[in-house]
Amino acid sequence: MNRDYSLSSEIVQSLQDFSEKNRPESYLIPALQMVQESYGFLSREHLDEVALLLRVPYAKVTGVASFYHFFNFKPSGENEIVICTGTACHVRGAGAVLDRFLEELQVKLEQPTEDGRFSVTDARCVGACAQAPVVIIGEKVYSKVTPDDVPEILSEYGFEADS
Amino acid sequence: MIKQDRISLTIDGFKVDVAPGTTVMQAADRVGVHIPRLCYHPKLSILGACRICIVELKKEGRMVASCSYPVEEGMVVVTSSPKLRRYRRDIVELILDNHPKDCQTCVRDGNCELQNAAYSLGVRERLFEGERKSFARDESSPSIQRDPEKCILCGRCVRVCDEVQGVTNLWQQFRGFESVAAPAHNNEIKHSVCIHCGQCVNVCPTASIVEKNTTDELFEALADPEMTVVVQTAPSIRAALGEGFGYSPGTPVTGKMVTALNLMGFDAVFDTNLGADLTIIEESEEFLNRLESGDDLPLITSCSPGWISFMETFYPHLIPYASTCKSPMSMLSSLIKTYYAETREIDPEKIYSVAVMPCTAKKFEAARDEHKTDWGAPYTDNVITTRELIWMCKCMGINFRRLPDSQFDSPLGVSTGGGDIFGTTGGVTEAALRTAYEKITGETLDELDFMAVRGVEGLREATIELAGREINIGVANGLQNAKELFDRLSAGEKQYHLLEIMACPGGCVGGGGQPYPPEDTFSLDPELVKSRAKALYSIDSNKKLRKSHENPAIQELYTYYLGEPNGERSHQLLHTCYKPNKRRGIR
Repeated sequence: MNRDYSLSSEIVQSLQDFSEKNRPESYLIPALQMVQESYGFLSREHLDEVALLLRVPYAKVTGVASFYHFFNFKPSGENEIVICTGTACHVRGAGAVLDRFLEELQVKLEQPTEDGRFSVTDARCVGACAQAPVVIIGEKVYSKVTPDDVPEILSEYGFEADS
Repeated sequence: MIKQDRISLTIDGFKVDVAPGTTVMQAADRVGVHIPRLCYHPKLSILGACRICIVELKKEGRMVASCSYPVEEGMVVVTSSPKLRRYRRDIVELILDNHPKDCQTCVRDGNCELQNAAYSLGVRERLFEGERKSFARDESSPSIQRDPEKCILCGRCVRVCDEVQGVTNLWQQFRGFESVAAPAHNNEIKHSVCIHCGQCVNVCPTASIVEKNTTDELFEALADPEMTVVVQTAPSIRAALGEGFGYSPGTPVTGKMVTALNLMGFDAVFDTNLGADLTIIEESEEFLNRLESGDDLPLITSCSPGWISFMETFYPHLIPYASTCKSPMSMLSSLIKTYYAETREIDPEKIYSVAVMPCTAKKFEAARDEHKTDWGAPYTDNVITTRELIWMCKCMGINFRRLPDSQFDSPLGVSTGGGDIFGTTGGVTEAALRTAYEKITGETLDELDFMAVRGVEGLREATIELAGREINIGVANGLQNAKELFDRLSAGEKQYHLLEIMACPGGCVGGGGQPYPPEDTFSLDPELVKSRAKALYSIDSNKKLRKSHENPAIQELYTYYLGEPNGERSHQLLHTCYKPNKRRGIR
């Protein structure tokens, strides 16, 4: 896994372009999205770097980033398992599905497994309510998931429980 | 459409005419109705977060937040009804539900805006009981202490730090139940770009942000028979201290203050004004030298520690221009542990030196490595704010209003009017000009009042003739104004010779350690700052000696101890240096 989190020259260039716009502040969210897309998460160093390049105060940058659920601050696993816990998924048992993933992987929410291969995160409504409860891994969408489906889903990604 | 000049509306049955753009709350203030408020602050942008200022619009039959709702022609407003009272009470109850129940042991018991709102809205029981937010206290700074559990998310600290000071160290972090007004990354203040000015303390409605209280250590020192405990009081203290004892703002209480300090058990009461006079001698010498050589102009004043931190964090390239003079407090503290100790034959390690300051940043200044003795102790052992002194007097049962007047002790208690006016914006410049004029021309200055540099506006410029030379002066108070001045400086349209920067709006009279404002006024109120400043100007104009260099105690100091201004010993004791902060501020 790439552990070098310094911003690439392409991103630095884009941020510099933003900073020359009329109101650089209004490019804060696109800037954060761009960084997260490249690195999977926003490190403290990333956030400070964005602040310096965009010339937006540090506190404002972390304030905006920490407001949105979309941004995360820890590296996620190679396979990020997103469980929708929006209203429809919630009433159709997303909670139990989420718990089963955590149990199988022996992790807490948004905390990657020791080998860095998996992490579990929740989302508020992915817009596929008819398929509830919904789980998304990478590009793949699993619909009407039950807790008992969980080991099989995980095995698709090469995970086998110890016991 | 015809643009209307005035808008007439009815508030609680009273007809009122106001200018367009006025808010319902401002219009109600005009008719003498004070609508309850928490997040609203007259000198900050409108947030509309707390909602306790709701009023009823009779025609529309709905409720709006009066702080942010502009008046409309023919509007009928009701500010008080059983329904409104119930709603407001519910809002405050919900805020209290997420707030520690420790009013009796809270440092703001008795002057808390949330407590006052709960009282005046009739909250008599706590109906809701639920989960409370849980945050660690931040005690990392020597100046400011944060307790986010007491925060009601009014956003005043965020706005004052951003809009008035241009520091933007605080912002709302996280979301929902976890929301907190904090520095970037929810860091401790120690690891932030905080400049310690304390304006957030002044505007905080609760005890969520307060100064770091150091009165316990002071009580201990006062009770220690081995220590000689000396105190100095800043120029602006005497113009504000009385407010804590029911005097109206702008009542000078110098004599009573000295008596109170004597009663508290200080072995000597000295005047920071003497340090201010000394600063003027050193700084005007420095100024005239730079003027002659033409190097490092403009000279920028260095007595405001909030400004110094701001410079080191946000404008490190200005460091060469800052005067190397220590602040009046630090100059006097240096002399207390050297000159005073030697002449009185006291072991300087047995001196506990205290300063009463209008300022939270002075606590930070006192703790800086540059202001330590050879044996590693700080020259100033303890800095307390005006607020802490008021509390100590009350704690010790001192009946301030009944006290007779006393005089400062010699030899470090003698001062001129030049020292007094240090406490207000423009004062340092005026005092420096009085001395510089006589030094450069060799003539006696008769007209001592430099009206051109007086006033409480945040940014002023003046051109003064000094021995046939035009001297361009810039005076800024409040760091957002300082930023503007630096923009003009870097635009290079004219050569500035002297810049006076005070971190706090109005200068030290509006400092972050000054009393919470009495009723009918508010922090950042220009009228409040003006009346405190007026007290200082009247002390100055009533003094026989008004030019710092005429101070006999100072003359003696140079003759017998310091030698020449800017000489070797002066440099060692009275000057300092600055260094860029590793964490660079974004401006």
